[in-house]
Amino acid sequence: MTRLAASGLKVSRGGRWILQSVSVEAQRGEFIAVLGPNGAGKSTLLSVLAGLLKPEEGRVLLDGQPVAGIAPRLLARRRAFLPQNPRCDWPLPVERLVALGLTPSLPAFGGFTAEDGARIELALAACDLLEHRQQSATTLSGGELSRAMLARALVGDPDLLIIDEPLTGLDPRHALDAARRLGRLAREQGKLVIAAVHDLNLALRHATRIWALRDGRLLADGPAATTLNAALLREVYDVTGCVAGEGAQAYVDYA
Amino acid sequence: MRGQRRAPLLGLLLAALAALFVLSLLSGRVWLSAAQVWDALRSPSDQLPSLIVRELRLPRAVLACLVGATLGLAGAVLQGLTRNPLAEPGLLGVSSGAALGAVLAIYTGLATALPLATPVLGLLGAFAAALLTLTLGRGGGVLVLILAGAAVSGLMLAGTALALNLAPNPYAAYEISMWLLGSLADKSWDHVLLAAPFIVAGLLLLASTGRALDALGLGEVQAESLGIDLARVRAVVLVGTALSVGAATSVTGAIGFIGLLAPHLVRPFVGHEPRQVLLPAALAGALLLLAADIGTRLLPFEQELKLGVLTGLTGTPFFLWLVLRLRRVAP
Repeated sequence: MTRLAASGLKVSRGGRWILQSVSVEAQRGEFIAVLGPNGAGKSTLLSVLAGLLKPEEGRVLLDGQPVAGIAPRLLARRRAFLPQNPRCDWPLPVERLVALGLTPSLPAFGGFTAEDGARIELALAACDLLEHRQQSATTLSGGELSRAMLARALVGDPDLLIIDEPLTGLDPRHALDAARRLGRLAREQGKLVIAAVHDLNLALRHATRIWALRDGRLLADGPAATTLNAALLREVYDVTGCVAGEGAQAYVDYA
Repeated sequence: MRGQRRAPLLGLLLAALAALFVLSLLSGRVWLSAAQVWDALRSPSDQLPSLIVRELRLPRAVLACLVGATLGLAGAVLQGLTRNPLAEPGLLGVSSGAALGAVLAIYTGLATALPLATPVLGLLGAFAAALLTLTLGRGGGVLVLILAGAAVSGLMLAGTALALNLAPNPYAAYEISMWLLGSLADKSWDHVLLAAPFIVAGLLLLASTGRALDALGLGEVQAESLGIDLARVRAVVLVGTALSVGAATSVTGAIGFIGLLAPHLVRPFVGHEPRQVLLPAALAGALLLLAADIGTRLLPFEQELKLGVLTGLTGTPFFLWLVLRLRRVAP
């Protein structure tokens, strides 16, 4: 059971409200695309939900327990978080980079167990990285690095996956792959995936639900297919556009 | 894979360290034979060779290992914490604090009255500097800590310069400048016993940060999301550095380049994961300092070359090599 519930979240920075009374709920099996223009408060919301930023007001509950009260290591075993443009400062082989995702469950000294090794294999395979395992992370292409980071997030088998802009900067094929992968994680493995997304077509087709933010307020919350429409596009992004097609053929177009 | 070269490297470093340790007992103005050293260690007597080994060379060699390991480990930890290949043990202001304390002991004449006044005041200076860095850098990230360290370093260096400027007599000024050059000469067991507990405690603290440093390679946000308490890690690194580098510097004076270079020398063999670098870097640091100390004794100069001078002279070419290599490796 994974259930995330946040109520009345307020965050301000430099005298400006970044989040103003945002309340959201989500549970296992959902892939939630967080939409909104730059500066809408998406990243702040994700940090607060991940328990990495303390809101001035409001609270976040994970399965009924306040995240602020969960020990960081225990929380880290259940929740994986990837910031925008994650990178690695050292030229580590990909498999060592992925292994860093096991940090919260490893003892301070000592090496990996056979079970850890199996988890690393699984994460590498799940993200199509087996052939890159020995390659230095600093020489990976953008798409490969983002896959390596996703494997890093998945290796600990978290219930909750919070990712800030996992699709940004990827070419169409890799962005599509990544969106499908996130959708499968939610649908087939029952994970709760919450990701900030700018590509509305991918959000429309692969997310089970969208949260639309603007100026720190939640403007819409509902299934992508019924919630994303011309009115919302105007309200959230100030663009004139339309949403057409059905299901996997649905698309967003701008005037 | 690189990791598999770690065990052989550790073995090699240990063997080389043991060999240099023995050489350091044999070598000096008076060369001793292996048999003389063996006798001195096994059945202490009041004969000159025995005294030289037990009272001069053994504490000196032990101190070289402790101080070298400190510099190597602190360098590796600070490079890991800052994710900057140019970080070195003096980064947090601790060494310049230790130097100021020691210089004040000489300046006030305390050092002539009490031989251990220099290292004791050095330790106090290191702790004061660390406390100041911690206070200034509290609440910020690693960058703020580095800036705080730079500010404290500057302050301590200014204090040292002031002491040199106002030195009561030329002899004190000479003593101060000589001390600042760094040396292991004339260090007794008292120095070892004074410094060792602090050094060992500091080394243990520094060595405990390995996992956190690994996670920090992904940036502060990801490290925090992996359950790492960054404020705690920064404090542990600062206290560990204050204890170990502070104690080391207050006994030997400032010795450059070893802390900067030791981690770089072992990375080609053990990879870049900070945790894998720590132990080899400590051993490499001990090895380098022991070798440099033997060098100061063997080089044929009228006056014994100071340790800091020798590491500076030999370290610079390595440093240039490092710059050229980084230029090639860096993306």
